[in-house]
Amino acid sequence: MSVMTSVLVLAQAQPAQPAKIEAPPIGAIWPILIVLGAACLSVLFEALLPRHLRWPAQVALALLTLAAAAVKLVTYVSDAPAAGETAMFGTLAVDRPTLFLWGTLLALTLGAVLLIADRSVEPGGAFVASAAIRPGTVQDRAQVASTGMQTEVFPLTLFALGGMMTFCAANDLLTMFVALEVLSLPLYLMCGLARRRRLLSQESAVKYFLLGAFASAFFLYGVALLYGYAGSVRLSDIAASAAGSDRSDTLLFAGMGLLVVGLLFKASVGPFHTWTPDVYQGAPTPVTAFMAACTKVAAFGGILRVLQVAFGSTQWEWRGVLWGVAIVSMLIGAVLGLTQTDVKRMIAYSSVAHAGFLLIGAIALTDKGLSGTLFYLLTYGFTTLAAFGVISLVRDSSGEATHLSQWAGLAKRSPLVAGVFTFLLLALAGIPLTSGFVGKFVVFQAAVASGMAPLVVIALIASAVAAFFYLRVIVLMYFSEPAADGPSVTVPGAFTTAAITLGVIVTLLLGVAPAFALDWAGSGVFAIH
Amino acid sequence: MTGTINLAAAEVQQASGVANAAWLLLVLPAFGAVVLLLGGRRTDKWGHLLGIATVVAAFVYGLILFFSTTSLDAAARTRDLHLFDWIPVNSLNVEFGLRLDPLSLTFVLLITGVGSLIHIYSVGYMSDDRDRRRFFAYLNLFVAAMLLLVLGNGFVTLYFGWEGVGLASYLLIGWYQGKDFAATAAKKAFLMNRVGDVGLALAIFLMFKNMGSTQYDVVFAQIGHQSTGVIVSIGILLLLGACGKSGQFPLQAWLPDAMAGPTPVSALIHAATMVTAGVYLIARSSPLYSLAQAADARLVVMIIGAITLVLGCVIGCAYDDFKKVLAYSTVSQIGYMIVAVGLGPAGYALGILHLLTHGFFKAGLFLGAGSVMHGMNDEGDIRRLGGLAKKMPITFVTWTLGYLALIGFPFLSGYFSKDAIIEAALAEGGTRGWVFGGIALLGAGLTAFYMTRLLILVFLGKPRWENLKSADGRAYHPHESGPTMTVPMIILAIGSVAAGGILSGMLPEWLEPAVGKLQEEHGPLSATVVSILTVVISAIGAGIAFALFGRGEQPVARPERVSFPVRAARADLYGNHLNEALFARPGVWLTRFLVFVDNRGVDGLVNGIAAGLGGSSGRLRRLQTGFVRSYALSMLGGSILVIAALLMVRFA
Repeated sequence: MSVMTSVLVLAQAQPAQPAKIEAPPIGAIWPILIVLGAACLSVLFEALLPRHLRWPAQVALALLTLAAAAVKLVTYVSDAPAAGETAMFGTLAVDRPTLFLWGTLLALTLGAVLLIADRSVEPGGAFVASAAIRPGTVQDRAQVASTGMQTEVFPLTLFALGGMMTFCAANDLLTMFVALEVLSLPLYLMCGLARRRRLLSQESAVKYFLLGAFASAFFLYGVALLYGYAGSVRLSDIAASAAGSDRSDTLLFAGMGLLVVGLLFKASVGPFHTWTPDVYQGAPTPVTAFMAACTKVAAFGGILRVLQVAFGSTQWEWRGVLWGVAIVSMLIGAVLGLTQTDVKRMIAYSSVAHAGFLLIGAIALTDKGLSGTLFYLLTYGFTTLAAFGVISLVRDSSGEATHLSQWAGLAKRSPLVAGVFTFLLLALAGIPLTSGFVGKFVVFQAAVASGMAPLVVIALIASAVAAFFYLRVIVLMYFSEPAADGPSVTVPGAFTTAAITLGVIVTLLLGVAPAFALDWAGSGVFAIH
Repeated sequence: MTGTINLAAAEVQQASGVANAAWLLLVLPAFGAVVLLLGGRRTDKWGHLLGIATVVAAFVYGLILFFSTTSLDAAARTRDLHLFDWIPVNSLNVEFGLRLDPLSLTFVLLITGVGSLIHIYSVGYMSDDRDRRRFFAYLNLFVAAMLLLVLGNGFVTLYFGWEGVGLASYLLIGWYQGKDFAATAAKKAFLMNRVGDVGLALAIFLMFKNMGSTQYDVVFAQIGHQSTGVIVSIGILLLLGACGKSGQFPLQAWLPDAMAGPTPVSALIHAATMVTAGVYLIARSSPLYSLAQAADARLVVMIIGAITLVLGCVIGCAYDDFKKVLAYSTVSQIGYMIVAVGLGPAGYALGILHLLTHGFFKAGLFLGAGSVMHGMNDEGDIRRLGGLAKKMPITFVTWTLGYLALIGFPFLSGYFSKDAIIEAALAEGGTRGWVFGGIALLGAGLTAFYMTRLLILVFLGKPRWENLKSADGRAYHPHESGPTMTVPMIILAIGSVAAGGILSGMLPEWLEPAVGKLQEEHGPLSATVVSILTVVISAIGAGIAFALFGRGEQPVARPERVSFPVRAARADLYGNHLNEALFARPGVWLTRFLVFVDNRGVDGLVNGIAAGLGGSSGRLRRLQTGFVRSYALSMLGGSILVIAALLMVRFA
């Protein structure tokens, strides 16, 4: 919390006068406080509890934390002011979109925690502490026997979640930057924890860290320029300055460009996506699921807020540029996905294409665009979470079998898994009766309504191209002869089953009866304070 | 005339009493069809009995309904029975209801009456068929659909029934599934009917567009306010529909081929009931055709009828297939009916009268043909028959009565109905009257000729079959058919003899609420003169036939060296060739061209795009080197581009 406080002090334009500071009302931010508090507690568990107690304690703590945060969130939503409010001296804006994003993040993290906690698919869990021990050796088995499972991943997950929730709510750029680091640093670590294919995993962690640091530098530089322009890092102050001043627009647009690049990197929008395939492939699959689902939500939450609150008045200057970025992202995702031979990399490129679609909704800058993008995030998060859950089940003797050729004829061996994966792929492709269709529909509808019809046409073409590689997997699973030494499908334990079921049910539900979620997503707009 | 019709349309009453249960007419046979089709082999034992029971029950109910209607005032005889709202979509509201009026009740009695007889006949005729139950299911399906066609109170319900009978007809023509010619004939019938159906569908669309409804009452009340163009278009499009279903020129070619089905089907569907649906359609639309603005449409109707009439007769003279001669006879007799309804108010009742009498004697003739073929190893080539009168006395007598009725022998059915049409055509007056009257007279002579030829070659003369074997190598042992087959034939023969006399007096008055009052015109020749003339011309036709075929030996093989008219008639007057050249071959060319475009153009484009995307994907993939330094460089490049673009947009 000390970090937070210092930031808060920094964020004040004038030096604070200690005598006048009162304890800020915290009713609105209980979910964040619970998550971050539990993360600290989790660190203590890791340090103090005997090894055999850690796994049950950590899992229980994580699940309880999510439940408690959700309860606090629901009770707050019922009597929250419709226009939203600010908390912590105006550094956090708790408004309807924030609450929607928090709910989405908590629900997705629940799924991710379930995947992470599973010990039946990979005995001893998907994580390892001591990377020098080779998997499957005597030492490795001894390590599993002695610990049950490495549990550092739980506090890291909670910290990341806390960062993401703060990120969505950040009302000024410095808070946003700190939240960005809080969510990113645990993720870098988590990427390197894979038990299998450790070199690949560690390589991905280093890549992610280096590129993430690079992107953070862009972000920070952008913040500095914007501060120079507006004299404040508060989003609403920047908006006010941009609306009527004769200050240098070079500062404004250069700053904005750098800031946006940092955000687009996190959201894996092309051409700032280069880390995505490598990291998605290398990270342990449960972590990939967490990252793919939750990071996307948090990053687009931030992008939506920054674009709508801070830069809404200058949209005519920058909107065209982001058009271009969205097109590049969709095309890169769709075209490069065609030739991927690894399932995880394929989903990574799919996420790049989806990031392009999401960006279309984000630059619509209307209420419809906002609610559509929020809904899209919800649908995409659950679908991709369940998809990675399924990927973690298809294994051979050396771990997960992610090469596409190994998936040939899977439907003959385990029709259920193939059926579920087919459904999820169709959802990613945006076929009706899945949530993916509704999500695309609302986003494209909002885009057309705000005059971006050509962009929507390109998006539809990209969707069609992307549909090819989803369908290719389906064809491969159903219409190819299975390889003789092909992978087998592990019967998942209760945790993974629950996570996949959650994702599939939400995908189906939002595809068939999306009205309630759409209403919720459209219940309010960003608070501008 | 218009005034009366509109009056009649406005006075549609709600059905009550016995008529409230009119839905039974549809449900009974439909129930039979459903049970027999879903019940499968379990219903084999009693399936045909259920089939008969449902149709007979419908007939009995139809009779009750009929007599309850005759007791009403003429003005109260047109009633609607609303069943449910079928298609309520914004301004289109299609009601599912029944129109109970003299016209529809007449058809109900014809369909269920003749239908019952043919059901009974089929028990014997199909007794050797393993799938007799399915046959009865299809017959029931047909009866249900045909009843819906005539009972519906709007054009959409009519269309529903129209397609239903089309389906039943298709299934039954292709009954002998193993035989190529049956499958081809079924397909041909289905396709040619589609052409007509498009006309009917377009007519319905036009009604909805111009009058906002497809119900009879609304359409007929408003049709008088439409422009002449709309009226004539709807009239001609309806005629196109009628041509398809009733085998009228130029869509007549499917009907003779439809004889590939079992003979009861030929009798029921392709002679007595379904093929008269076109006549029903035009008579039902009498408020439209009676309008002064519809004169052109009426003329087209008459021309089509007249062409078909002659065409059917001429081809009928040259064919050697028992059922196909009867089929062309049907084509030509329906031509008479179409000419009659084309006359307008002077002819609707006459057309329906001829339709009813024709229903009796043509069904009887077909059943007789079926009886002959049943006893002769399914042999249909009349040159291989002959002298069967002694072997099949009942068949011979009943068939001969039907024959006499058809050629218009005095005081049998056809005499009353056909003469009346000829007379009405002559009474049209002027050149038009002479042309159509003359054609109708000529047709009477030709009819007498080919029917006499048929009689001589089948029942009289020498038994040419004695030294022959059928195609499957069996010798012929002609024998009289069993009672399930002969009884219906006898009943129909009685109808052939008496129906015309009884109906000709009552029918016009009975039909008045539905099609308007029969206007009797007096032409240049008096009724007596026309009657005598017709009989004389028929006698001449029959006499020529006797002269040509009654004496001497008839060759078993078909003479090949014949004059051009005979060759043309044998080739269906080149109707099939015409269709082939005008539609089928250009269609095939078009298909080939489109396949070519699809293969080379569309597929080429699609494959080209796919290859292009795949190739660019493969090339772009190389940018993903796996080195952080190159990733960072690409990010930097992207950032520079974004910022440069932002600044350019701002300062440009």
